Amino acid sequence: MIEASHVSRSFGSFKAVDDISFSIKTGEIVGLLGPNGAGKTTTMRMITGYLTASSGTISIDGNNITKNEKLSKHKIGYMPEAAPLYSDMIVSDYITYVAEMQGQDPKEKVPYLCDTCGLAEVMHKNISDLSRGYRQRVGLAHALMNDPEILILDEPTSGLDPNQIRDVRNLIKEIGKTRTVIISTHILSEVEMLCDRVIIISQGKIVADSPTKDLRVRYGASASVQIQVGNCSSDTLVTALQKIDGAEAVTAMKSDDEEWSLPRDVKGAGAVVSVANGIEIRTAITKLVSDKGWQLYELVLKRNSLEDVFRTVTTKGGEE
Amino acid sequence: MKNQKTIKPQNLIWVMIKREISSFFSSPVAYITGALFLLLSGFLFFNVFFLQGRAEMRQFFQWLPVLFAFFIPALTMRLISEEKRSGSLETLITLPVNSADVIWAKFLGVVIFCGLMLIPTISYVITCAVYGDPDMGPIIAGYLGAILLIAAYCAIGLWASSITKNQIVAFFVAFTICIVLALIDKFLVFLPAGAVRFLQYISAGSHFTSISRGILDSRDIVYFLSVTTLFFIFAWESLERGRTE
Repeated sequence: MIEASHVSRSFGSFKAVDDISFSIKTGEIVGLLGPNGAGKTTTMRMITGYLTASSGTISIDGNNITKNEKLSKHKIGYMPEAAPLYSDMIVSDYITYVAEMQGQDPKEKVPYLCDTCGLAEVMHKNISDLSRGYRQRVGLAHALMNDPEILILDEPTSGLDPNQIRDVRNLIKEIGKTRTVIISTHILSEVEMLCDRVIIISQGKIVADSPTKDLRVRYGASASVQIQVGNCSSDTLVTALQKIDGAEAVTAMKSDDEEWSLPRDVKGAGAVVSVANGIEIRTAITKLVSDKGWQLYELVLKRNSLEDVFRTVTTKGGEE
Repeated sequence: MKNQKTIKPQNLIWVMIKREISSFFSSPVAYITGALFLLLSGFLFFNVFFLQGRAEMRQFFQWLPVLFAFFIPALTMRLISEEKRSGSLETLITLPVNSADVIWAKFLGVVIFCGLMLIPTISYVITCAVYGDPDMGPIIAGYLGAILLIAAYCAIGLWASSITKNQIVAFFVAFTICIVLALIDKFLVFLPAGAVRFLQYISAGSHFTSISRGILDSRDIVYFLSVTTLFFIFAWESLERGRTE
């Protein structure tokens, strides 16, 4: 259980984190989202005890982290962004060193983490010679060393190849069954895949905090319908669609659009219609298409992705 | 939770010291520094030994504050600045240690390494003892003084390293302070009379010379211990400030 209440952090006159409060229950996987410089990393650094808050308190299991510095650090496994490690050490020495620092038995932990994080091939390489992906894995081994109750990962999958990303995600899911995990990421699909809850931070403030499932419903104001038909010109299609009840805006698709899917020999048109939340216009469109005698090639309802939600809430924050 | 042992802070400091020392041995800078130090100190000793035919260590000890003023900053410059630059300070401090533990480990690690660098110079003592009849008092006092000098310079170097991300800046800041402390007593004649007493007191050179003559004056020991403590606290303060400000 992590509780932050009215936490702020300034660097000189710049307020990186501005009066944020949240509480994270044990066993939750929480995604911290936000544009660059929004205060995600600063927030994580304050929870880990690397930085102290300018004002406000953070407590873990009811203990204030600044008053119980070492006790809190024992409960946390942390991987900073880009996994900064001692580049002059070889991997196995480094993991042994971390094991000793965390009061773990190296003989038991080193083989275990070597296996979990897939480090067998690089165990005797110098850390400075490792590729980005392997460094990230050593960083993960560092974070997992003390079986942490709370795992905090700053952009854990950046720099990994797709297979490694899948491995790391599975690992996080596995750990998240019993432990608290906080991850920050730019990859929104990752958040949708992994996290139970999303906290979006923009300009040091929390602009959204809700379960991942609800987020889209709560903040996604609209959906859109994409249609592609044959035997029709673009202008006719747009004018016809604009007359439908509930259609808010209609934009024509161009033939070089990446979602353009009409066969090359078919002369046709496509359009995207935005609709207000909860309004159903697909039946009206099918009726229109059959009345006019067009050939229907595609009719898709596109829900607002998390990306749209992200854009909405973070730019709103910017305008304030 | 399984394996949740409580660990004494001493243990962790010792783990960090071991890592510091092994990182000296894996870095070329330490070898170059060590080799150059031995080369120069050997020259100072054997110069007297062969050319002047005297079996004594005076010249070696006389130049030690100047030699260390160059070599110790070269060893301390990367201690904290490199951790700050690469970001590994973050992984270090989020382990179950606080800033004071980190400063202790860095300080003791570099002091021990410098102590190791002194060990080969014992061969000069042996050479003296074989070919002459040196007074052992000043030599033992000289080594004691050397350790106090190392501690003071290491604390200065550690502080210099904690204020910047740039190793070169850390080196020059520490070198400037150390060389001024080492040589200021040589320039006292050019300075206004009122400042002389004060400057003589802050000069590491004059305190070290006094110890290496075999006079264990508490004032000299207090001087070195206070310089060490002062810069040690500055270094801790500077690391702590990075986290709170």
